[in-house]
Amino acid sequence: MLAAIDWHILWQRIFHPDHVFLLALWRTIYISVLAQILGVILGLIAALMRMSRIAPLRWLSGLYVLVFRGTPVIVQIFFVYFGANLLFGFTLIPNSVNVGLFSIDGAAFAGITALGINEGAYMREIIRAGIDAVDKGQMEAARSLGMTYRQAMRRIVLPQATRFIVPPLGNEFNNMMKTSSLVFFIGVTELFGDAEIRYSTTFKPVEYFLAVAFWYLVLTSVWSLIQAQIERKLAASERGDELSFRERVFEAWAPVAAWGRGGAR
Amino acid sequence: MSSNGLVLNAQDVHKRFGRLEVLKGVSLEVSRGEVVCVIGPSGSGKTTFIRCINHLEKIDGGRIEVNGHLIGYRERNGKLIEDTESSIARQRAEIGMVFQRFNLFPHKTALENVIEAPVHVRGVPKQQATREGEALLARVGLAEKRNVYPGKLSGGQQQRVAIARALAMKPTLLLFDEATSALDPEMIGEVLDVMKGLATDFQTTMIVVTHEMGFAREAANRVVMMDDGRIIEEGVPEHFFREPREERTKQFLSKILI
Repeated sequence: MLAAIDWHILWQRIFHPDHVFLLALWRTIYISVLAQILGVILGLIAALMRMSRIAPLRWLSGLYVLVFRGTPVIVQIFFVYFGANLLFGFTLIPNSVNVGLFSIDGAAFAGITALGINEGAYMREIIRAGIDAVDKGQMEAARSLGMTYRQAMRRIVLPQATRFIVPPLGNEFNNMMKTSSLVFFIGVTELFGDAEIRYSTTFKPVEYFLAVAFWYLVLTSVWSLIQAQIERKLAASERGDELSFRERVFEAWAPVAAWGRGGAR
Repeated sequence: MSSNGLVLNAQDVHKRFGRLEVLKGVSLEVSRGEVVCVIGPSGSGKTTFIRCINHLEKIDGGRIEVNGHLIGYRERNGKLIEDTESSIARQRAEIGMVFQRFNLFPHKTALENVIEAPVHVRGVPKQQATREGEALLARVGLAEKRNVYPGKLSGGQQQRVAIARALAMKPTLLLFDEATSALDPEMIGEVLDVMKGLATDFQTTMIVVTHEMGFAREAANRVVMMDDGRIIEEGVPEHFFREPREERTKQFLSKILI
């Protein structure tokens, strides 16, 4: 059986990726990162709406979660990409979108939007749980000092909620990198799409999909390391190390700075 | 109204949690510089009452004025309607509160805890706030702990930072909600000493909910006994502890003063 695998292709895909592949890898990374950022922003807004005194805002937040957690992401991606055009007869999604450093084609933009909106529904629950996990006495203490709800939330409660939010957020991002493969179905050639196209021209599915699985594993593994590092930093501030955040950053860079001084001499 | 020198003027305050009526008409007047200790069994409404004073609890009846200003409500055509959030916040800035469980901000150092509100609520320049904050930490005996996070402080030290944090807003009234109840016995003394210092050296107007009868006897101008949502007796400590009038007070004191 194993003899049937073309090892050369697998080797090439893993150790000598071509630039078409690298572009696909880059697409997967930026689509995932931007969609996750959008998801966190929308999740935060929806979480705050859910805790609002104004009932319609709470309802809207509930409806958002109901709809976007209750329907398949792929359907949402199709709706965002084709929906506006078919329903209202205009093109919602432009051909290309400039995000400063680089430009994104319309399909990728639609994909990011849909993935981000979907992710926001999950992030709302995570952020709400994080806020709930902060001791109620913190809000009371802040307000007894004359802070408004908004100030207390921003300066006292949310910074403390972060440490409850980050671990599940890391999980979400791990998921996002893999789920982003769905945007292939609206024509974005990201990691999965690249493998799909190669396979359809060579009829060597095992080689190309094994290779792409490997690359997803690389992405998620690198992310696990980054996540562990972030959580370690958060745990350090939780323990109440007597260094401020600034000092910790300085400490981390101190060897580099020393080296720099040494080099100047 | 503030010309009569009353810092707190609470009249017939009612508060209910669902069906449970916790405050059944509490009236209390506190003059400038006075230290009033509120004692009573748990569930008598002491804590709820002082939480009403800075509107952490809404009241269901009566009125509370601090320095002549109605707290939490605005009067319109003889009716009380709840005030806007920002004006309630402004009123709270004038009233300091020290909590049973300290409630220091764990992500900020001792000094950052103290200067947080002066800088971000009052808009005091950071340098000036830092100078004043350091002086306050020195006053509670914690000058050398300025850069330490609450997690590395003992309970007694945390509570002293919390007192400094409340003082940083230069409150005209300071509320203590069982400030020593969560402390290990050997740390109670250091917190009470700071509180006594505030009472005697700085003439701070204080309302202290406490079970520390020694503190009440030494530092209070007046002791107020609450039971079942009402103030049942009050007096100067010398008389109050020697010859209480009410049977309920005698009973309570005999249990708490062994």
